[in-house]
Amino acid sequence: MISLSRLALAGCAAAVLSAGAVRAETPADTLVIADKIDDIVSIDPAESFEFSGNDMLNNVYDTLVELDPSDLGPLVPGLAERWSLSEDGKTYTFEMRPGVTFHSGNPVTAEDAAWSLQRAVKLNKTPSFILTQFGFTPENVEERVRAEGDSLIVTVDKPYAPSFFYSALTAVVASIVDKKLAMEHEQNGDFGYEWLKTNTAGSGAYRLRAWKPNENYVLEANGDYWRGAPAMKRVFVRHVPEPATQRLLLERGDVDIARKLTPVDIEGVRGNPDIAINDELRGRIMYVALNQTVEPLNDPRVIEAIKYLIDYDGMADTFLKGSYVVHQAFLPIGFLGAIDDKPYRLDVAKAKALLQQASVEDLTIRIFVRNDQDRLEMAQSFQNTLAQAGIDAEIRTGTGKEILGEYRSRNHDIYLGAWGPDYSDPHTNADTFAKNPDNSLEAQLTGVLAWRNAYPASEETPITLAAVLERDTGKRKAMYEEVQRIHQRQSPFAPMFQRIEQVASRSNVEGFNAGGSIHSAFYWLVTKN
Amino acid sequence: MTGLRQIRGDVARGLAARGTARLAAGGRRSLQLLPVLAKILFSLAITVLGLLLITFVIGRVVPIDPVLSIVGERASQAQIEQVREQLGLNRPLMTQFAYYVRDVVQGDFGKSLMTARPVIDDIARFFPATLELATLATLVGVLFGVPGGVLAAVHQGRWPDQSIRILGLFGYSMPVFWLGLMGLLIFYGELGWTGGPGRLDASNELMYEYDVPSVTGAVLIDSALAGAWGIFRDAVSHTVLPSLVLGYFSMAYISRMTRSLMLEQLGQEYIATARVKGAAEWRVVWVHALGNAMVPLITVIVLSYASLLEGSVLTETVFAWPGLGLYITNALFSADMNAVLGGTVVVGLVFISLNLLSDLLYRAVDPRAR
Repeated sequence: MISLSRLALAGCAAAVLSAGAVRAETPADTLVIADKIDDIVSIDPAESFEFSGNDMLNNVYDTLVELDPSDLGPLVPGLAERWSLSEDGKTYTFEMRPGVTFHSGNPVTAEDAAWSLQRAVKLNKTPSFILTQFGFTPENVEERVRAEGDSLIVTVDKPYAPSFFYSALTAVVASIVDKKLAMEHEQNGDFGYEWLKTNTAGSGAYRLRAWKPNENYVLEANGDYWRGAPAMKRVFVRHVPEPATQRLLLERGDVDIARKLTPVDIEGVRGNPDIAINDELRGRIMYVALNQTVEPLNDPRVIEAIKYLIDYDGMADTFLKGSYVVHQAFLPIGFLGAIDDKPYRLDVAKAKALLQQASVEDLTIRIFVRNDQDRLEMAQSFQNTLAQAGIDAEIRTGTGKEILGEYRSRNHDIYLGAWGPDYSDPHTNADTFAKNPDNSLEAQLTGVLAWRNAYPASEETPITLAAVLERDTGKRKAMYEEVQRIHQRQSPFAPMFQRIEQVASRSNVEGFNAGGSIHSAFYWLVTKN
Repeated sequence: MTGLRQIRGDVARGLAARGTARLAAGGRRSLQLLPVLAKILFSLAITVLGLLLITFVIGRVVPIDPVLSIVGERASQAQIEQVREQLGLNRPLMTQFAYYVRDVVQGDFGKSLMTARPVIDDIARFFPATLELATLATLVGVLFGVPGGVLAAVHQGRWPDQSIRILGLFGYSMPVFWLGLMGLLIFYGELGWTGGPGRLDASNELMYEYDVPSVTGAVLIDSALAGAWGIFRDAVSHTVLPSLVLGYFSMAYISRMTRSLMLEQLGQEYIATARVKGAAEWRVVWVHALGNAMVPLITVIVLSYASLLEGSVLTETVFAWPGLGLYITNALFSADMNAVLGGTVVVGLVFISLNLLSDLLYRAVDPRAR
């Protein structure tokens, strides 16, 4: 038996040692990324609405109007070469860029563009609101979005601020899909939906070679890309759920970029000459919201008191260090009209006085939060500071879907969670935080944050509605600043932090852009030296 | 002397009796096979149906709305209702179950909400990864656990016993998550002896993706079949750590069970008999005692194998190993019932068939069971 175990031991050692010899760096023409990609549910651009799926699709599809990845500032022409707007501000004409082809070899035409937008409206999946907010319905969209020769003509229902419309067109849901290819796979009039859920039909810098859910996906460079072929011939994104594992892979040089390192891991790799850390301000806002159907959380003094019972700086300086920055307004920095006012800080005495004025004693409440490390730590800190003012808070945790279900049914007392913008215009957040057309229970506006918290937003709603129609950018900016200040002062929302994504990469990687606060990742500018 | 003769006589009579029984059974066996098979299949069907029903009901009772995993945070109420209807979730629970069973009988396990693919395809992708890991881990567990347990029993109370017990105790009490990370840190991060997380290095994974046809879904086997030895070596080096970590746990369990089973056997009279007969000590221990301890031990090993085949969520997380455990866990969290049910059926079938296997092995090893 001793000889047997020795044999086994020797066998293992031999396997280990021989394997050590085959160690290799990532291939020079391939970008390898470690990320968490189990949020991808569907890769049909009419449906995809999760971070990882949008990162992929941003590189596979093109839109009519695009963001310049080098500064994420002004919009630049995409598949539309130029465009114009009618006098009444309601009809847009886009001239298609000539000579561009899809990955299939089919030419990109105005008809593809019209069909893609119509398709997204008719399929009516979650992100379709980004388009339907301009008055399109499955019934009228063929008439309002149509191709004429090489032009795409779009008629919206109101004279919106043009930048609002253009920004919406940069969203993934407005991607231009290869109509011919998709329709070859149509079943039961689904516009190729079942097929496009797991396949792509785009014209972007990369084509999808393989996608294994919860495992990895591989993109291959489109040599005929109209902006020029990307330097990286392949992009390989691996699903690595554990941050410590991502860090090891990066340190060993087995991946070029690690996107989900914790602040602790980031501190660990800082100073390593082979690794560069790039802080990118992202669009996600962490906030606390109080359900206004719950007494006494609807008392303005209690609302204010709770805003003084959050240890903003304490959290940002300790466990969130580097991954979040204190931010107290609903528009993330990077958006038109974003403000950086920070009127609140932890002040237990002031909060106590306010609670006393409201004659609140022995308050017991529940904080609803999904079981995710960052959020739980925030909830615990919040629970501690509430306790200092005599509020007894119980933390209710559950999976994301579970807590979301409670939140959407107004079953929470306090909700602690995140919100990310859907497109690059300030209306994206104003629309949900500062607009509530009908606060009644029957209205069931479950997608609207103000409704979920039963906040009527009566002062904010008219400003939000007017701001989307304001065509003077300066005035529009001022309106968003105003509505955020009102919201900051009186709403039951307490925005706390804005996300910083700490992208760690091998130091030979250049040009990676995670998309800033307004967009998704761009792979096609990456080079490796 | 008379006592010894008595024992010998007993043994001889016992053997003779078994011999006759075996002969008789041989004649009946072909006749019995059909009803036995029918019985097995029937109990299999009932077990799977019961398993499905329980999983189904639990899945519908948990406070997670599967619709929310599809439509996400922003969906309007109308969109939610639309999807609910598409999924048939507005029908009564039992009707839903009946439809589900009807589809399953026709071999259709439905589509997963998480991956937008047929559950069968997902399982065909995740199960081989788990199978590879579980098989190697069980091999490790048996190769080290059985001899370890025997050694401990033979040297009961002395240093081999103590050290094996301490080793086992570590195995029991150490969090697999921590052990996995430490293993990675030392053997992959610092020393670079083994492959890192995942089933292959990035470059090999790409080559595998492009050049190796997927036959079984198990990287080790497929790369060997394709003669892609570079990929095979890389796959081996990536499998070493996770299978050693999991194997350590199964070793801890198997060595403990072996030890106590062996102690029981070593105290039996037939051992004394064998020794008195003058059999060599190694023969007494490894043939007589272990041979008899093997019967219950097989069940122990098979059950430990089966539990590994369910997938090990923590190990899979640390090693970025795309296995069944992570798949089913993720499915549970997003209320992806088709995936959960499909996974449950697979795990159920694995348990049932391994139980059958252990029964068969039992019969092979223990003549009395025939």
